[in-house]
Amino acid sequence: MKRVYVNEEWCLGCHLCEYNCAYANSGLKDMVVALKDKKIFPRIRVEGEDRITFAVSCRHCTDPICVKSCIAGAISKRDGVVRIDRNKCVGCLTCVLVCPYGALAPGEDGIMQKCELCLDNACGAPACVTGCPNRAIVYEERSETQ
Amino acid sequence: MKRYVMIGGGVAAVGCIEGIRSLDREGEITVISEEDHPVYSRPLISYLLEGKTDTERMKYRPDGFYKENGCRVFYGRRAVSVDAVSHSVALDDGAKTAYDKLCVAAGSRPFVPPFEGLDTVKYKFSFMTLDDALALDAALFESARVLIVGAGLIGLKCAEGIRDRVGSITVCDLADRVLSSILDADCAAVVQKHLEQNGIAFMLGDTVQRFEGSRACMKSGVAVDFDLLVLAVGVWANSELVKNAGGEVNRGILVDKKMMTTLDGVYAAGDCAEGYDAALGARRVLAILPNAYMQGNTAGVNMAGGEQEFGNAVPMNSIGFFGLHIMTAGVYDGEMFEDAETGSIRRLFVKDGRLAGFILIGGTDRAGIYTSLIREKTPLDTVDFDLTKKVASNLIFSQEIRRKKFGGVV
Repeated sequence: MKRVYVNEEWCLGCHLCEYNCAYANSGLKDMVVALKDKKIFPRIRVEGEDRITFAVSCRHCTDPICVKSCIAGAISKRDGVVRIDRNKCVGCLTCVLVCPYGALAPGEDGIMQKCELCLDNACGAPACVTGCPNRAIVYEERSETQ
Repeated sequence: MKRYVMIGGGVAAVGCIEGIRSLDREGEITVISEEDHPVYSRPLISYLLEGKTDTERMKYRPDGFYKENGCRVFYGRRAVSVDAVSHSVALDDGAKTAYDKLCVAAGSRPFVPPFEGLDTVKYKFSFMTLDDALALDAALFESARVLIVGAGLIGLKCAEGIRDRVGSITVCDLADRVLSSILDADCAAVVQKHLEQNGIAFMLGDTVQRFEGSRACMKSGVAVDFDLLVLAVGVWANSELVKNAGGEVNRGILVDKKMMTTLDGVYAAGDCAEGYDAALGARRVLAILPNAYMQGNTAGVNMAGGEQEFGNAVPMNSIGFFGLHIMTAGVYDGEMFEDAETGSIRRLFVKDGRLAGFILIGGTDRAGIYTSLIREKTPLDTVDFDLTKKVASNLIFSQEIRRKKFGGVV
């Protein structure tokens, strides 16, 4: 299945992916209304500064430990996509404690949110990738051995 | 067609069912659930009292779960014995169920010390099951004085859950600090202060000598008057079924990395099992939900004829109180490295060049990177340890490792 992959050497550290993510998941039509003067809570986060930067989002693991660890049964994997039911989540952060990629962070309300590849919002494909100016993140099929 | 039986209907049983069904869609699965509820998320009972969830949202799996997995569930039925020779389980109504593979996922029960005069206390509660929570819920009233015996995870989550619904809460514990199973003294002091600022009173290093109706006479000589008593001292593993059937038990049912007990065809998982703790390097009961699922899942795969080991279980907890998050994992052994900022603590414990454990209070971002260093026994000379001490970040890894993590299928 297609996932978001990182080409670290291409990352400019511009953080556009974070803004596009926050906008895509805001449900709002106007990017200015969605983002201006607001602290954003994107589901992809650029780590590093200066020389080394890269964007981290859910890996949609083959065998996701977050799904097995969620104390609320709120995280599940369907059709290869790891999803969270925010209605069930109580914000205990156990998924943050177990994710080996550091790919999860709570939303503004303290309840967990995560990358669901923009499959359920208006974008239909990861907005972070669409908006990346340098192909530092790509959305494609890769094999186990690549 | 294989006949699978689960004793217990909790999270370990769900893990087991899903493990079995990953390999065997046909076998017959029978679930013996003492609780008269479909599987729910037990650690959420404090959130239920707090009003942050409800019984509908507490369902651990969707309504059709058992049906879709072809499970026959006996609700409100208790297994009374296991016959490891004839491979059958006897139920409390006299029925018998035969198995080819059995998973004992019987959980644990509250440990109630033999307090003198406990029978004179009218309103007393445990805090483990949904029914416990519903009983306490029905008894709460605005001016209630609540005494909680036990300042562990269960007692303190209970305190948080009911604080806004009662008059006062006092927590006592024989230990001299809160959360003594997961925090060292310094960290416990920080958490205790935070809890006190949020209206919880403590009597630590003290215990109840006897109860006289609605009064607790403490060992220190102090008397505490209360309306409601919550007993959260600890839990015992339900290991008797396997012990009585001739299986080996210690504090829990002894299992190997495949979750097999010493009885043929009998597996155990969850709070009743004593499996390998990779952080400790020995077996111990790890009564935490993720462990229950993963042990159950491992058992299920092996019961269905697969080959799976669960060799990297470690103790780990993520728990919050009144907005303060605490994360811990592993063992607090070896050299300690501390990075403390205002309002937050970061303590890493290093032994033999590996991360052995950590305690984080406040700043918990990306803590899973630390947990994975413990679980995978990553040599710390392969990461940027100076950075690791300050922050959990993927920058601690080499570019080559990051390329695998974020450029490959994982």
